[in-house]
Amino acid sequence: MTMLADKDRIFRNLYGRHDWGLEGARARGAWDGTKAILEKGRDAIVNEMKASGQRGRGGAGFPTGLKWSLMPKDSGGRPHYLVINADESEPGTCKDREIMRHDPHLLIEGCLIAGCAMGVHTCYIYVRGEFIRERERLEAAVTQARDARLIGKNNLHGYDFDIVVHHGAGAYICGEETALLESLEGKKGMPRLKPPFPANMGLYGCPTTVNNVETIAQVPDIMRRGAAWFAAIGRKNNSGTKLFCISGHVERPCNVEETMGIPLRELIEKHAGGVRGGWNNLLAVIPGGSSMPLVPAGPDQADTLLMDFDGCREKRSALGTAAVIVMDKSADIVRAMARISYFYKHESCGQCTPCREGMGWMWRVLERMAAGRAQKREIDMLMEVTTQIEGHTICAFGDGAAWPVQGLLRHFRAEIERRIDEYTANPDTEGVLDPVVPEAAE
Amino acid sequence: MSVRRLADKQPSSFAFTPANLEWAKAQIAKYPAGRQQSAVIPILWRAQEQTGGWLPQKAIEAVADMLGMARIRVLEVATFYTMFNLAPVGRFHVQFCGTTPCMLRGADHLKKVLHRVIGHENEVTADGMFSWVEVECLGACVNAPMVQINADYYEDLTPEALSRILNDLAAGKTPRPGPQIDRHLSAPIGGETTLIDPSIYTGSGGRAPSGASLSDGGAKKPGEAANVHEAPLPKPPIADATDPGRG
Repeated sequence: MTMLADKDRIFRNLYGRHDWGLEGARARGAWDGTKAILEKGRDAIVNEMKASGQRGRGGAGFPTGLKWSLMPKDSGGRPHYLVINADESEPGTCKDREIMRHDPHLLIEGCLIAGCAMGVHTCYIYVRGEFIRERERLEAAVTQARDARLIGKNNLHGYDFDIVVHHGAGAYICGEETALLESLEGKKGMPRLKPPFPANMGLYGCPTTVNNVETIAQVPDIMRRGAAWFAAIGRKNNSGTKLFCISGHVERPCNVEETMGIPLRELIEKHAGGVRGGWNNLLAVIPGGSSMPLVPAGPDQADTLLMDFDGCREKRSALGTAAVIVMDKSADIVRAMARISYFYKHESCGQCTPCREGMGWMWRVLERMAAGRAQKREIDMLMEVTTQIEGHTICAFGDGAAWPVQGLLRHFRAEIERRIDEYTANPDTEGVLDPVVPEAAE
Repeated sequence: MSVRRLADKQPSSFAFTPANLEWAKAQIAKYPAGRQQSAVIPILWRAQEQTGGWLPQKAIEAVADMLGMARIRVLEVATFYTMFNLAPVGRFHVQFCGTTPCMLRGADHLKKVLHRVIGHENEVTADGMFSWVEVECLGACVNAPMVQINADYYEDLTPEALSRILNDLAAGKTPRPGPQIDRHLSAPIGGETTLIDPSIYTGSGGRAPSGASLSDGGAKKPGEAANVHEAPLPKPPIADATDPGRG
């Protein structure tokens, strides 16, 4: 596969080498012809987005144009809202942060275009609480845009539109769209039952669309260069470019914008200096953030993994946020996954019993398995429990916590059994239950 | 979930400073009329900053009264969101990321440094200068392992680098945030593999505008270059105790 040309990259200040401000953004092509784009009208913008084939960059991969078209045309006087999900917290993911601090005007311009396409005059950007510096940068950019009359009331584009930068205070669950809306309304971030969907009853009971930062920041370029340009990059149904975050056991971890569908090996070797100790030293990779099942090394697995929605699905995983977490043969795979389970236990909102109780249960069992202090029958029991959590909770958090455990059991059962055998042959004096006193969901 | 309760020892009163009160009113005005509850997280956050890093019960109640919310609703928010500290923290509060991407790159070694230099998790040093807590993914995974100290991220850490940063802070110096190795932000070590074609930074560089470009002058001058970080802001000392770290 030929490498994506620099001229086809959207995030030209990904690494913050250039001016993040309005002048710099304009020099890189932002805010160019925005008025002409808006004048095409609502339907034309939505149709262009549909034609581009862009799918949401936040994890679920829902087609953006389709999502926008679900917003009602007439809401009987109720305002429409656009909410940008900048609550980037999926372990492994650090792309929206770069957009907010280095290319905030792409996001702001995208908000305006998306807002115009959905009859929205007020947009909220919900930034995760920890991103204090990024929020300050984004707020400064919004002020620049307002002062230059690019947004705001009576702006140069002739479409009244304002942006409010809001923030959270450290809750992974607020990345779930309805939890985010609850949080934005000043409540605990507990996901809502759907239906009603946010497009009908979202923020303050009004029609609302929630989009990811990267999704919206790509919109101005799609509109400027045309849907055909975007659709021509990558494979059918998996079009466009994507920010990949490559972390873990690679020589040079980095963020990079690449074409969708790039083979995993090429992505890692071209941009991240390869797996530590060479490709043959790869143990497993999580291709899409911690919620997605791992893909082990091997000719039918990581060797041939194509980094797009369908490519990851073929390996029984998912692209998610395209956060590639690489583990080489030195990694303690069971402990690494136990740590992910601890993350979910910590971040469960506590609303649904299978998740609130199940997360802690899975974590405790995995911690024991990491040390080999388990029974082999517990492996099947753990698998059974994951299936009882998956699909039985209000939001997809339960699925996202069950899948990585399922991935581990699917591909590394032999490793867990080996540890159990090893421990059984030489048990220590500590009681099995000692370090893991059963406690209620804490 | 984590169980989070209010601290046993609580101050007897809390009042916003006039400047913060003014700021809070501006926050409320950002949201539609009657939706002032939306401002609860930003205002609680400001209250936490005012008290030196934690939320006393009286502050929670003051915010509830200000927003016309039932006190229990604000207490729910304060206990749900883990960035609200319900007990005092040090002047430099270290949030240590222990999630898998950081763990794979040696976060465990940093934890030992924190234990050695600061002490137990969630305990403030005797001089009130430091405290630390293990948190979940802070979203800087390609710069792992990392910690957040007050508002700033310190990335690509080694145990030595973390010790040095803590020593510098204790000595009243302001260490530079961001990557602590020879590396530019989230670009690969050794230099970029992309965005190296200079032509994309001159003119529209293949961006093919679809319409006439706007001439809407009067743009505000941009700020400093994006790769310059602001110096970290030291937090005000806890309560009004004498501040041993300054001077």
